[in-house]
Amino acid sequence: MAVISRGFTGRGRDHTPDLPPGQYLTADFPVLSAGPTPDIDTADWQFSIRTDDATLHTWNWDEIHALPIEDIDTDIHCVTRWSKFGTSWRGVSLDTLFADIETTDGFVMAHSYGGYTTNIPLDDLLGGKAWIAFEFDGEPLDPEHGGPARLLVPHLYFWKSAKWIRSLEMMPADQPGFWEQNGYNMYGDPWLEQRYW
Amino acid sequence: MSTLSERETRDAAPHRIGLWHAGVVVSTKTESPTGRSIVLDVPGWGGNIAGQHADLRLTAADGYQAVRSYSIASVSNGDRVELAVDRLPTGEVSPYLVDELRPGDQLELRGPLGGWFVWTPSLPGAVQLIGGGSGIVPLMAMIRSHTASGSDAPFRLLYSVRSPDDAFFRSELDTPTPGLDVTWLYTRVAPEGWGRPPGRITVDDLAGSAFAASLSPAVFVCGPTGFVESVATALVALGHDPHKVKTERFGGA
Repeated sequence: MAVISRGFTGRGRDHTPDLPPGQYLTADFPVLSAGPTPDIDTADWQFSIRTDDATLHTWNWDEIHALPIEDIDTDIHCVTRWSKFGTSWRGVSLDTLFADIETTDGFVMAHSYGGYTTNIPLDDLLGGKAWIAFEFDGEPLDPEHGGPARLLVPHLYFWKSAKWIRSLEMMPADQPGFWEQNGYNMYGDPWLEQRYW
Repeated sequence: MSTLSERETRDAAPHRIGLWHAGVVVSTKTESPTGRSIVLDVPGWGGNIAGQHADLRLTAADGYQAVRSYSIASVSNGDRVELAVDRLPTGEVSPYLVDELRPGDQLELRGPLGGWFVWTPSLPGAVQLIGGGSGIVPLMAMIRSHTASGSDAPFRLLYSVRSPDDAFFRSELDTPTPGLDVTWLYTRVAPEGWGRPPGRITVDDLAGSAFAASLSPAVFVCGPTGFVESVATALVALGHDPHKVKTERFGGA
């Protein structure tokens, strides 16, 4: 038996094929963070990938900017139900960063300055699907949106796009990150509405 | 390695998704010119702890549905759930909840959700709550949980509102409660004779009225993004451990 909310009409019946189920469009750029915004000087900033043999591959701010930089135009979808169409970013593809890396591990834990973590299968970071992004809308990325640099994995809910990215750690098996331990889905496909446990 | 992942907090929080539960509006109460609280009876809900939220689903007569998440103002082991909602002028769901909904109306709820921005009476130590506008809602649940449980953890609340009329839960917060200290901050209009001129929360407000960093309080900050951003940054500047400062934000920057 359907539960009808008397007097509720809702707004749009427009068919929006690019909007995943249960999402609504916003023109704002809302912020979701679990704690204070860390203050990170680009002079001290480092990004590294740690592989299964404990090898560290590290880039500083100048080194990552010396790599090929891509323009990314993409829709983003937050688990708190807002989606934003046509956002524009600049950053370095994870394909570029993983080019010289050999690993047998299939999963990645992203670690952020400030302690945030999130888990992602390696396949979801490769093949033109993920970037280390440091510009938004033609400007350096704001700290509250993850600056100086964040992971950008726009085909998954946006909590997977870890703000203030510091490192990627290879893992042989999938382990839950921060929100994944606190109620959110291990994978987070917005088209399948994989929001929660 | 991440101290953000406090397992004891997670284990204390029953996070359930499950099915949608049909709920009936028991009562509504105007809290401010733009906000109201809503008490629902939701058979099968099964309770929630302080700080959690719920997904709320509305279905129109033609089957169209809209879902939003709302913080829960109440704590219970049963089927009563109190929400408090502020009307967003361009919103699709909040104007309906604030202006249209009345006792007897039906909607659906799913949850409770969230295992991070939560407090339970089993947690020891001082608690500093800092709310802006309708960001008071999950903090109110923590205050109610504190009171109902008889917890001896010292609680302080800093509540920033535009004007006296904009305060949610005014009479409840004005009722003296053992173990709870409430400080009001007004950003636009203060009551007559109020010592502090209206203005946004400052480092001095936090230094003067919040638990000192040396006490290592657990800090919960909830409000609009700009409010939370400035408060959390100021707390870190005052020496609070960033891992003890939990935030929840809403709205655009």
